[in-house]
Amino acid sequence: MSPARPAQSSPSAPEDPPVVNDGVEVVRAVLEPAEISRALSRIAHEVLERNKGAEHLVLLGIPTRGVTLAHRLAARLASIEGTEVPVGTLDVTMHRDDLRRQAFRTIARTDLPEGGIDDQIVVLVDDVLYSGRTIRAALDALSEFGRPRAVRLAVLVDRGHRELPIRADHVGKNLPTSTLERVRVRLSEVDGGEDVVSITGGVAK
Amino acid sequence: MRHLLSTADLSQAEAIQILDVADQMAATQKREIKKLPTLRGRTVVNLFYEDSTRTRISFEAAAKRLSADVINFSAKGSSVSKGESLKDTALTLKAMGADAVVVRHSVSGAPHRLAHAGWIDGTIVNAGDGTHEHPTQALLDAYTLRQRLVPDAIGADLKGKRVAIVGDVLHSRVARSNVTLLNTLGAEVVLVTPPTLLPVGIDHWPCTTSYDLDDVVNGGHGDLDAVMMLRVQRERMHDAFFPSAREYSRRYGLDARRMNRLPEGALVMHPGPMNRGLEITAEAADSPRSTIVEQVANGVAVRMAVLYLLLSGQAEGKDA
Amino acid sequence: MGSYVIKGARPLGGPATDILIEDGLVTQVGPVTASGAQVIDADGLIALPGLVDLHTHLREPGREDAETVETGTRAAAMGGWTAVHAMANTDPVADTAGVVEQVWRLGREYGWVDVRPVGAVTVGLAGERLAELGAMADSAAGVRVFSDDGHCVWDPVLMRRALEYVKAFDGVVAQHAQEPRLTEGAQMHEGSVSAELGLTGWPAVAEEAIIARDVLLAGHVGSRLHVCHVSTAGSVEILRWAKGRGIDVTAEVTPHHLLLTDELVRSYDPVFKVNPPLRTAADVQAVREALADGTIDIVATDHAPHPVEAKDCEWGVASMGMTGLETALSIVQEAMVDTGLLTWDQVADRMSVKPARIGRVASQGRPIAAGEPAHLTLVDPTARWECDPATQATMGRNSPVRGRTMHGRVVATIYAGRPTVLDGVLNEALSEVPL
Repeated sequence: MSPARPAQSSPSAPEDPPVVNDGVEVVRAVLEPAEISRALSRIAHEVLERNKGAEHLVLLGIPTRGVTLAHRLAARLASIEGTEVPVGTLDVTMHRDDLRRQAFRTIARTDLPEGGIDDQIVVLVDDVLYSGRTIRAALDALSEFGRPRAVRLAVLVDRGHRELPIRADHVGKNLPTSTLERVRVRLSEVDGGEDVVSITGGVAK
Repeated sequence: MRHLLSTADLSQAEAIQILDVADQMAATQKREIKKLPTLRGRTVVNLFYEDSTRTRISFEAAAKRLSADVINFSAKGSSVSKGESLKDTALTLKAMGADAVVVRHSVSGAPHRLAHAGWIDGTIVNAGDGTHEHPTQALLDAYTLRQRLVPDAIGADLKGKRVAIVGDVLHSRVARSNVTLLNTLGAEVVLVTPPTLLPVGIDHWPCTTSYDLDDVVNGGHGDLDAVMMLRVQRERMHDAFFPSAREYSRRYGLDARRMNRLPEGALVMHPGPMNRGLEITAEAADSPRSTIVEQVANGVAVRMAVLYLLLSGQAEGKDA
Repeated sequence: MGSYVIKGARPLGGPATDILIEDGLVTQVGPVTASGAQVIDADGLIALPGLVDLHTHLREPGREDAETVETGTRAAAMGGWTAVHAMANTDPVADTAGVVEQVWRLGREYGWVDVRPVGAVTVGLAGERLAELGAMADSAAGVRVFSDDGHCVWDPVLMRRALEYVKAFDGVVAQHAQEPRLTEGAQMHEGSVSAELGLTGWPAVAEEAIIARDVLLAGHVGSRLHVCHVSTAGSVEILRWAKGRGIDVTAEVTPHHLLLTDELVRSYDPVFKVNPPLRTAADVQAVREALADGTIDIVATDHAPHPVEAKDCEWGVASMGMTGLETALSIVQEAMVDTGLLTWDQVADRMSVKPARIGRVASQGRPIAAGEPAHLTLVDPTARWECDPATQATMGRNSPVRGRTMHGRVVATIYAGRPTVLDGVLNEALSEVPL
């Protein structure tokens, strides 16, 4: 189409800038594979404790990495509790309030588990909680599919700087950051290589 | 993407992205609540200088399901020489704050002019201009082909598919848009038309041509995956493009006999509105091979995708 | 009338010398020492005989919103012209002695150039019956060129009669060669670009078929024929053949057909809409070569100003035509001189000597020599300037070379001994035009 804007990058990482690691930008790892694994296990236990078992639970991952995390959580729930918790995908792109400002995003598939979400306990799963706008959009999108009994939020990282009155029920790690920094989550299923959470850019230390 | 004026402006990646997004849009249309908040507060103007209820309601449905405000501006009858000029209309729309203008015009290039003359700031979507292009029609045709012919459709192109476009290529904006887009997506195109209805100067078009529909149907240019029939206006015979409607349909019409010689699974397409009995018989139009009704339904999803992609991310800003 | 001495100009691109002008005549070519004449410094400038345009639309009477005789002739002076032939497609049409005399008188009144009206071949340009060609020839305007320009004299019988009839007063029919049926609704050159853009094509054959017919007719009846705005390689071939057979045919090419191609139409900007349409690069090359070898005799502008709204619209409803008076010489320099196809001497031949001869303008297109009428154009071939229609003298804003860097500039125009343009700006019109 017309020249105003080049085609958008891959759908998997619309917010990730290219890593510049030539000494100008600083990349430091803040969560190693083992820590990520432990954090997920802890979240799994918390979810079960809060819910008093796995009954009526539905995990909905927010693309892209939230979906991977939801599947990992489900596997842990299964090994702890011995029951399969339904996992689904909830794309929130079309409910975002910042579409006008963002370079356009490819829309991912929304896939709800067979039984739907009516009267279920929905746990939204995402990698990083930041402004809260993604979760607002997710709550909006959810209402199109039914009326859950409750909605909870599990995130791997909470980096603060909320712009909306939203908080997570289950947090893998609280990570104080500067708004100039970027938090990158890499998961082996999506990105290849080892799992890692790192902070990029911002003020060099 | 700022405007959608011609399929020639689309790279393969952009074309596939539109089809992929259309796929997701189609999925939302199976839900109980079809309306999405995506374009809330945006204004889409349907500026139609030509009657085309089908295209207009398709764009209208697409915009409304994305929660845009829709204004229908039917300029037909207000002939440019007598009434308001295109420029003045554009200035009016600009003053009204149109974010996107979907324009249908009988003059080739009118949308291009709207996009580039500096009369208006909004995004321009070409909904058919003269005998030039009709890009959203080609996109919905490609979407339909991909959905029917490619098992794992998301992210896929149309490589290896062969499509015959049959009929009045000279006067067809649908044919022009399709030749370009299908080629971009890797498909092969055969134009089948009487010599009088093939434009002069298409030697470098990315397609082959034939005057013999039977030969093409029989596999003379390779096995076909789809036959796209173009609308032929009866009045053309008065300009000696062909001797009579009967002779045209005998030589270039798709009837049951020809259709049954197509490879199994080959599709029968038509952009509509059809002239039943002229370029296509009822048996062909209503057969299980026919995608004609699907094409209409897919039109809404494709136009939702186009409006979404053109109108999202117009202002640069930080991410959230 | 005053006297002027042009110092250091190069007549026809030759060695520098001085030219003395007194009482409307060139009185001396060679070193001029001490005289009371006003000095025009022409160091490094080329001196050409004043340019003669055989094809100008001045629009008056009837379309004074597009151009008037006054604005059009000011534009002509700025472009280096000292005579223009005003086309007949005005409103009312210049098909009677009354209208041609009116235009002729307006030209004399304003005094910027010699305005030679062209008479219509048929009444109202309708192509049905001959206008009173003899009356126009005998009028004060002394019409010698007849044309239905804008329309083709399509009826072969009518064309034959016109060709024959004008022999009685040494006239010439200037044909707008366009087969009307083949060009119904035509928007641009028919070829690969029109196929892609979905614009109705204007096939080259529609021009060539009429030229072929007309040269055969002219040969048959022994008449003189002039072909307007030749635009295709095929037309060039036919003209070459006809001239080889001794047929008395002359032809013109416009500056825009020497420079621009149909690729520009991809912008859908109606400033590039013209009749005949812009053709292909191969056609441009062919008409350049034809102008160089004399198959095409002259350059004529087909200056066609339009009001802004006629172009500020979609392609299909826009008017056809381009302005050209003020940019023609620069385009010829770029396309023909700077490419080595023509010398300045030959430019003088194609833009002054031959057009004056075809139009039977006895006082123009003369050598730069003592005793000749002082119609001169001084050109600075090294100048480069950007074309800005808003600053031009013509009312038309439809220049196809707007924004383009132009080659060479008209520094001065001298019409009948009076500088109408000096230092690149309008100077002073002639108060008493000699008959």
